[in-house]
Amino acid sequence: MDVLERYEPLVDDPEAFYETCRRPLPTTVRANPIKAPVERVRRALDDEGVAWTASEWNPHVMTVETDFPGNTWANFHGWIHGQEEVSALPPVVVDPRPGERVFDACAAPGGKTTQLAALMDDEGLVVANDSNLGRLSALRSNAERLGVTNVAVTNRDARRFSLDPFGSEPFDRALVDAPCSCEGTVRKNPEVIDEWSQSHVEHVAGLQKGILRRAVQATKEGGVVVYSTCTFAPEENEAVLDHVLEAEDCRILPIDTDLETRPGVTEWDGEEYDPQVADAVRIYPHHNDTGGFFCAKLEVGG
Amino acid sequence: MSDEDVEGNDLDQNVSHRLDRVPNTATERTVEGRPSREEIVDWWQERFGIPPETFEGHTFWEKGAGKIWAYAGNLDSPIEAESLGMSVLRTRQEHWKPTTEAAQRWGEEATRNVIVLDRERARRFVAGEDQEIEWDGDWGYLIVAHEFAGGRAPLGVGLYLHGELRSQIPKGRRREI
Ligand SMILES: C[S@@+](CC[C@H](N)C(=O)[O-])C[C@H]1O[C@@H](n2cnc3c(N)ncnc32)[C@H](O)[C@@H]1O
Repeated sequence: MDVLERYEPLVDDPEAFYETCRRPLPTTVRANPIKAPVERVRRALDDEGVAWTASEWNPHVMTVETDFPGNTWANFHGWIHGQEEVSALPPVVVDPRPGERVFDACAAPGGKTTQLAALMDDEGLVVANDSNLGRLSALRSNAERLGVTNVAVTNRDARRFSLDPFGSEPFDRALVDAPCSCEGTVRKNPEVIDEWSQSHVEHVAGLQKGILRRAVQATKEGGVVVYSTCTFAPEENEAVLDHVLEAEDCRILPIDTDLETRPGVTEWDGEEYDPQVADAVRIYPHHNDTGGFFCAKLEVGG
Repeated sequence: MSDEDVEGNDLDQNVSHRLDRVPNTATERTVEGRPSREEIVDWWQERFGIPPETFEGHTFWEKGAGKIWAYAGNLDSPIEAESLGMSVLRTRQEHWKPTTEAAQRWGEEATRNVIVLDRERARRFVAGEDQEIEWDGDWGYLIVAHEFAGGRAPLGVGLYLHGELRSQIPKGRRREI
């Protein structure tokens, strides 16, 4: 059985779901306002003969008609960054302000880190952490090409992240874009389906709980923590939230987005979750012609 | 640990995961050879005409000997991290050398020592090729730009010597466009 069939009870139109999962993803880029205003980026794409369409919910995200956006002048100048459309959602939900301190717990290769920096007008501090040093070097080159100067890069296990190097003060906001079983990326990496296993789901769910708990602890009272994955598995999504709601002082806030989404599921495989998880959003590929995604917004304290 | 604690200790000065904030002025310097903020800002102005206000929101940090980073804020020094902000300049050598990324980020503000290439030459430059070209200005490190999408757009740094512009685009950053 194909692992995607596991989610048939959750999707409204299984045929459309399967059909979309078999099709490759559109190529999308995010315009980087740190290097050039979006109008100039569009002019650059026009001048290079690359047709583009802006997404309806985020003017910086554009579908482009080229298979190689990396080989454009706009990319060389750091005016654009190849980034999947749904993966641009979590930083928007984090909604950081210029000058704030933001923790990006699982940051490499930095698509969301650099978007957070751009949303902050490149002012304040983004601590971009990842446990994988090789992936961090990709993050560093992306951040440099995109002209980002408000990021500190650290190489720690996020479950044991220490605030000490940064004045011990808690963060205003945090993003946990967790490692996961990634079925949502099937349109880009079809092999994720064959690599899927229940034991990996269980292992990674433990990791996700540890990282999300630490991010909540490292964020100040009233601060926001966003949790996201690219998997459909409730074990790695709602069950992780359910665990952290129980273990830490936090609650789930609704997410306001123009993307078409479905609510988080409150029951799966005989388990029931805290009803608040319904305020998380599930994004299925066939609704917006994107990858699959999950995103939740938590408020610390209260 | 403050700058004083590491003075005169070469080993400490080069801790690879530590960034130390540079002193504001040369008189506040406690680590031999470390450039000051004032010297850094003056250098951009003297070499490229980039106004000091450009860097108002940034602090400068040294990691290893001579590698200068610009960070968009204030933090207590030193910082233990893989990196902080963007690597912008290599000092502690006779001719200071700006990075590709600093040239791209601030090069639009430059008023001198900027060489503007036509599209074909720009292509060769970003592919990493050296090329013969006429240039009446100073020798040494230049900001290399082209006209693109409604204005001048800096590409990186070139070293101009004996009628030749040598591309300084790092290997991993070169592209065939
Ligand atoms: C989904 S990816 C992050 C993608 C990234 N946020 C982006 O937008 O480019 C998950 C990351 O978590 C990292 N990771 C896995 N376990 C970790 C841990 N215990 N602590 C910190 N990072 C971890 C992986 O190395 C991987 O880079």
